[in-house]
Amino acid sequence: MILVMVNGVMQRIDVGPDTPLLWVLRDTLGLTGTKYGCGIAQCGACTVHVDGVATLSCITPIATVAGKRVTTIEALSRNGEHPVQQAWLELDVVQCGYCQSGQIMTAAALLARSPNPTDAEIDEAMSGVLCRCGTYQRIRAAIKRAGGFRET
Amino acid sequence: MAKARNPPGRRTFLRASAAAGGALVIGFHFPSGIGRAVAAPKQAVPFVPNAFIRVAPDETVTILCNKSEMGQGVYTALPMIAADEMDADWSRIRVEPAPAAPPYYHTTFGTQVTGGSTSVNSSFEQLRKAGATARAMLIAAAAATWKTDPASCRAERGFVLHDASGSRLSFGQLAAKAATLPPPEDVKLKSPKDFTLIGRPVRRIDGRAKVTGQAKFGIDAHVPGMLTAVIARPPVFGGTVKRFDAGKARAVPGVKRVVQMDTGIAVLADGFWPAKLGRDALEITWDDGPLGNLDSVAQGKEYEQLVNLEGSAVAAARGDLVAAFAKADKKLTAVYELPYLAHAPMEPLNCLAHVRRDGVEIWVGTQMQTNDQVAAAQIAGVKPEQVVIHTMFLGGGFGRRANPASDFVKEAVKLSQATGLPVKVVWTREDDMRGGYYRPRTFNVVRAGLDPSGMPIAWQHRIVGQSIIQGTPFEPALMKGELDLTQVEGSADMHYNVPNFLVEYKMAPGGVPVLWWRSVGHSFTAFVKECFIDECAAAARQDPVAYRRLLLIEHPRVRGVMDLAAERAGWGRPLAPGRGMGIAVHESFGSLVAQVAEVSVTGRGGHRTSRGLCGRLRTHRQPRYGPCPDGIGDRLRPFRSPVREDHLQGWPRRTEQLPRLPHPAHERDAPDRSLPGGQQCTHGRRRRTRDPAHRACHRQRDLRRNRQANPAAADRPQRTADRIG
Repeated sequence: MILVMVNGVMQRIDVGPDTPLLWVLRDTLGLTGTKYGCGIAQCGACTVHVDGVATLSCITPIATVAGKRVTTIEALSRNGEHPVQQAWLELDVVQCGYCQSGQIMTAAALLARSPNPTDAEIDEAMSGVLCRCGTYQRIRAAIKRAGGFRET
Repeated sequence: MAKARNPPGRRTFLRASAAAGGALVIGFHFPSGIGRAVAAPKQAVPFVPNAFIRVAPDETVTILCNKSEMGQGVYTALPMIAADEMDADWSRIRVEPAPAAPPYYHTTFGTQVTGGSTSVNSSFEQLRKAGATARAMLIAAAAATWKTDPASCRAERGFVLHDASGSRLSFGQLAAKAATLPPPEDVKLKSPKDFTLIGRPVRRIDGRAKVTGQAKFGIDAHVPGMLTAVIARPPVFGGTVKRFDAGKARAVPGVKRVVQMDTGIAVLADGFWPAKLGRDALEITWDDGPLGNLDSVAQGKEYEQLVNLEGSAVAAARGDLVAAFAKADKKLTAVYELPYLAHAPMEPLNCLAHVRRDGVEIWVGTQMQTNDQVAAAQIAGVKPEQVVIHTMFLGGGFGRRANPASDFVKEAVKLSQATGLPVKVVWTREDDMRGGYYRPRTFNVVRAGLDPSGMPIAWQHRIVGQSIIQGTPFEPALMKGELDLTQVEGSADMHYNVPNFLVEYKMAPGGVPVLWWRSVGHSFTAFVKECFIDECAAAARQDPVAYRRLLLIEHPRVRGVMDLAAERAGWGRPLAPGRGMGIAVHESFGSLVAQVAEVSVTGRGGHRTSRGLCGRLRTHRQPRYGPCPDGIGDRLRPFRSPVREDHLQGWPRRTEQLPRLPHPAHERDAPDRSLPGGQQCTHGRRRRTRDPAHRACHRQRDLRRNRQANPAAADRPQRTADRIG
């Protein structure tokens, strides 16, 4: 039995210790906002926060997050009012939307540690998160907006 | 593709009985024919003027969307059309996926399908009429309440107004009364100048659900008691299971069943992870079958031979090619090779099915509901109307989720039938990349003969590749004998005016599963055509834009798009050393795109796109940017059976690798509001990235991965040219 604080609720997880956090979230806890895209840390769709740090849940064994705080897209804010989500809505970032939980969680973690990121910081933080629709232009702009900048 | 079950007929409106709880339920007969009353809802819905619209007393207006949302924006664009004609309050608009049923069939394809860049233009009149009918009935209800002439009333933002008396009633207040009225025989549509939503920027309806993690994709579907299946499919296309041992798979905790099926061995478990561990623990000996030795080098040689064989199917011919080449002042030939491409949607393929005695229920992100419905019905031995499809959000489609073979749906139906349980099949990323249904590889030989002024008087393009249509229900519409019309589009109908012209197609042997991939034939013909016209311009020592302008005299719209892109990009301005500019213009599915790229050549003959401009498209802003990066780098590495390319490593379109696209597209024409705008941007960009223009002087003719900038490729065309005369 592994104890993990998921979205503010202590969960007792009864799965093999190697089971990736991603599948505990999706299949055990029914938190399907976190997505499976590759399973080997290549696409970033599965990004969640572990103790506030952007973490790829598809390669994170559940045992390694025992006693830690996991936050998923469902609990980034109560009603989509996180500045990143607001900027995403204002700039109409999403298309198919499948990668966007990972994009938003990665961006939120970036802004938490660097409120006014440079282009280079944004590229570095976001390059691990693929978008097959190609929404990158708007993602960049939305991160700047959420960080208080406006792209001219 | 299943034919419409009802013959095309007059446009009728059917009044529902009182059993519907006073609700009005109407079905249209649309031009394509198929139409009947939708099932009356059990709960009385006050006003359901037609299959696409429901008005509730709480003022919400729900639009049932018969096209699948995969990022292209139909859950916003289609409601806009209906809401505009209805004069509804946009903030009250909701959208729901339509059920899989005849009233929702595509107006020209005759089945329920999302594809071919047709969603907006094929639905435009249909949804305008649906909205206008609803508006007319709400106005009639208000006029009856006020005992006044409907002509003295008007609708605006969810209300019916009577200006003379200052009276007003909301759609919600009017819904119950409107439901009791007869629908009008004919309705007047708005003049486009009165549109309030169409043509204006509107935020996506599905945005909030997608930024909060609430949007449900197919892979998120869940029903109590379901098992998740991961399937071991043959490593070589067409392979079969010789023998297998499932002992270790069954020993994985959580694995419930192992099922052998025609497409491989499925491991069913409580959730994806044990199913995948179980699948990976299977010990299978495969019979590779006839394609066991297929590799891309041998296949390329085969294609090179095929291109020289007699008996190509003629796609377009005019003039006298032989005579024109004979008198040409200069002759050019080039070979263009393009690889198989995987659709690789971010959401790996999946499908949840539950086969019961009385029918089948399916949760899936699909672009082809009717095909899937018929396929499921055949497996389960029920009628197609007993197959309920819940269309989920699609985490990308690009054509992969529009498979006439319904491959990813059939597997789930078969496994549910075999187990009696709801079963969700989930493909791993590796399964998805290796599983086929690729954009076909093509081998293209193009020849041109130039007159003394450098203008082309002869043009010949011969295409070798697998057919995506042969063997599908689309054959009657999209094949002419051995000619697959989808594989010559964009070439056979090219705009450049060349008097002696021939486009031919030679079908290559099948085996590798192929399918339409984002813009279909245009995904390679635009590259070939635009590259080769640049070669001609270079041979003529002319500017690529000026050269194209001369060849586009009869096509002012095409020329206008190109000129606009060139002007906005500052074509001809001085550039830094090592930098060049390239341009491409192409029409597909009725929409025109021109793209300009500024490219720098890197040390070893590589290149990097520095900035770009994507010229005029008139619909959404969004899907116009997205495909540009798509055009920059989609390719599969050369393969041997089994396909080695199984992941996203090296996926070339990460954010930091992309050029900035600083210029918004620009509109110059009168608004032409029902044109598609999604996939049109894939092909132009692909072309221009390979060509950093003359000053930087680096041309690519081979888009196969690891084959870029291959100096040896430069002398190939001449060899081939000698043989295809």
